[in-house]
This record gives sequence, structure tokens and C-alpha cells, in this order.
Amino acid sequence: MSEVIVITSGKGGVGKTTTTANIGCGLAIAGKKVALVDADIGLRNLDVVMGLENRIVYDLVDVVEGNCKLKQALIKDKRYSGLFLLPAAQTRDKDAVSPEQMKKLCESLKEEEFDYILLDCPAGIEQGFKNAIAGADRAFVVTTPEVSAVRDADRIIGLLEANELNNPSLILNRLRIDMVEKGEMMSIDDVTEILAIDIIGVVPDDESIVIQTNKGEPAVTVEDSKAGQAYRNITRRILGEDVPLMELKVEETFMDKLKKLFRR
Amino acid sequence: MDFSDFFGFFKKKEPASGSVAKDRLKLVLVHDRVDCSTQVLEMLKGDIIKVISNYMEIDEDELDINITQTKSDNSSGTVPVLYANIPIKSMRRNSGGN
Repeated sequence: MSEVIVITSGKGGVGKTTTTANIGCGLAIAGKKVALVDADIGLRNLDVVMGLENRIVYDLVDVVEGNCKLKQALIKDKRYSGLFLLPAAQTRDKDAVSPEQMKKLCESLKEEEFDYILLDCPAGIEQGFKNAIAGADRAFVVTTPEVSAVRDADRIIGLLEANELNNPSLILNRLRIDMVEKGEMMSIDDVTEILAIDIIGVVPDDESIVIQTNKGEPAVTVEDSKAGQAYRNITRRILGEDVPLMELKVEETFMDKLKKLFRR
Repeated sequence: MDFSDFFGFFKKKEPASGSVAKDRLKLVLVHDRVDCSTQVLEMLKGDIIKVISNYMEIDEDELDINITQTKSDNSSGTVPVLYANIPIKSMRRNSGGN
């Protein structure tokens, strides 16, 4: 039974593509057959985050327009068995496909017997968003603990529910626990209280995301990456396991310990 | 002698920005969420007209149902209210209620 999950946010730059890549990779490593779909036509990025940019021959628009078969456009990731990418077109824009065409595309993907089809939604609430949610069964909303991101996430949740994608799950990204403890950043509880949807994961702000994106290898595969661990946990929760939220602590540096000594 | 808080003694204590953010967001979202529901408002209007018409004949052209702001009793600022002004033409004799 295929599940089509759209990963959306409203606000740009909060981590949708990173989340799609990492969850997709995590699910494939867990043995599932996964299709990653880049729905950001004109500004494709899922290919580059996955390190598959040199393997693109056909894209989503080619499939929809009938220039090629779906199987020809799907890129099989040689590193992770069961993981496929359907890239977006780079030289077209969001009007190149319609919601009905996206629905049909999702049906075709379901026929290929994928366990999970993850749609990387573009930022915004216009055609790109409408296309991305058309064929989805379920939605994940990604936000950061910042005022503008949470505001946009709230709007997106309203639009999702208006389109019968009820009970979206929240992913809180780029949390800085040191700032939360100083009261300079909203906490997990603050954000979940405001948005009032179930949270499926919290990903800490982590340099390893930048490093791994530079290399084109998702952080979920890196043992000592905190963000990677968070994505591994989210993967397990998607698969039905009850995983408690990661304990995020401020790490005390040697200088901090020294300062404490002099304060007495 | 503890001079670490010397200037703190004179500075006004500001609330931490995290809680400022939370309060601002809550307020902004009240307004955002209300603005979003024009379609809901149309449906609500239709439903209100239907129900009230069971009990009385109303002037559908002259009625005014809207979401507006009013000053809040307990906090500073405004809160959204559903405002309905519905002119009655006549009461129905066999109305549905008691």
C-alpha cells in the first residue's frame, strides 16, 4: 500500500528539501521502496541535495507531457537500494503542470509499487503548492522556531485542511537548544501550542547538514550527526515506532566550566 | 563585592525575546486566521439565514453579517467578533421552536 506524503511549509528555506531527502533516504535504508519527487519546477534542488544532479535525463514535466515513460525519468540511487528520484524541470515554471496531472502522476507512481512517495513542495501558496498537494494522502509541515516561519506554517495548515489533508504532522527544524534555554528562541512547546498539530520530529540546527549537502550525501546516513539522528528517529516514527524526542542538551565547553569557576 | 550586575541594576528588565515572539505570534495569528475565512463566512451567512428563516421572515437584502474587531474587556487590544444585524419582517406563526 503506497503512501503519498507531501512535505510543505509555506515559508522558503526552512528545510523541506533537506527533510525530504533525509526521510526518503532513511526509509530506503529501512528497506522500503521510496520515490522522491521534486515538485519545485523551475527551482529544482532535491537532485543536488541528493547528489544526483549528474544523472538527470528526463524530468517530471517530460513525464506529464508524454515525452518519456515514468520509468525512464526515475533515477535509481546507486547508493541506497529502493530509493528513486523524479527530478523537477529546471527551465520551465510552475504552470507547466496542473493539479490533475500531478494526481495522475501520483497514481502512476503508486502503480510502480512504491511504499512511500515523498513530494518536495515548493515554497508559497500558489500553483506550485496546489500541484504538490493534489495527489497527496498525508502532509508534513516543516517550520523553524521563528516568527515568520511559524506564521506561514499556520497559513499552510489552514490551506491543507481546506483541501482535506487533515492532521498534518509537524517537523520543527533548526532548533537551537542553547538559545531556547536562554529564552531567546521559542521552544518546542511554544511552537506546538501555537500550531496545535501533532509533532513528528525535532531536528536541531547542525553544521553537518551544510557539510553533507555540500557532498550530496544525506545526513541521515552519518552516525554522529545530531540532525541525522533526528531524521533517523522521524523515519522510525513514520514506520510506526514510538520513539521519544531526542534529548537536546547544551554542551558545556571547557571555557564555560572555567567561567563558572570564577563566578563563585 | 558583586559588580557583575552593576548596570543590570539600572537597566529596565526586558522580557526574553522568545516569549515576546510567542505573544506577538499569537496575536498575529488571531488576525490572520480570521481574515482567511471569507469563504467560511459566506457559508456561515447562508446557514444563519436558513436557521433564522425557520422562526421569522427576515430581510435578506438588508442583513449584515460580518467579522469585525472590538475592544477586549480584559486585555489591551482588540478581539474579533461575529457581528449580525438582521432586520425582521415578521414572526412566523408555526415556528419550529417553543
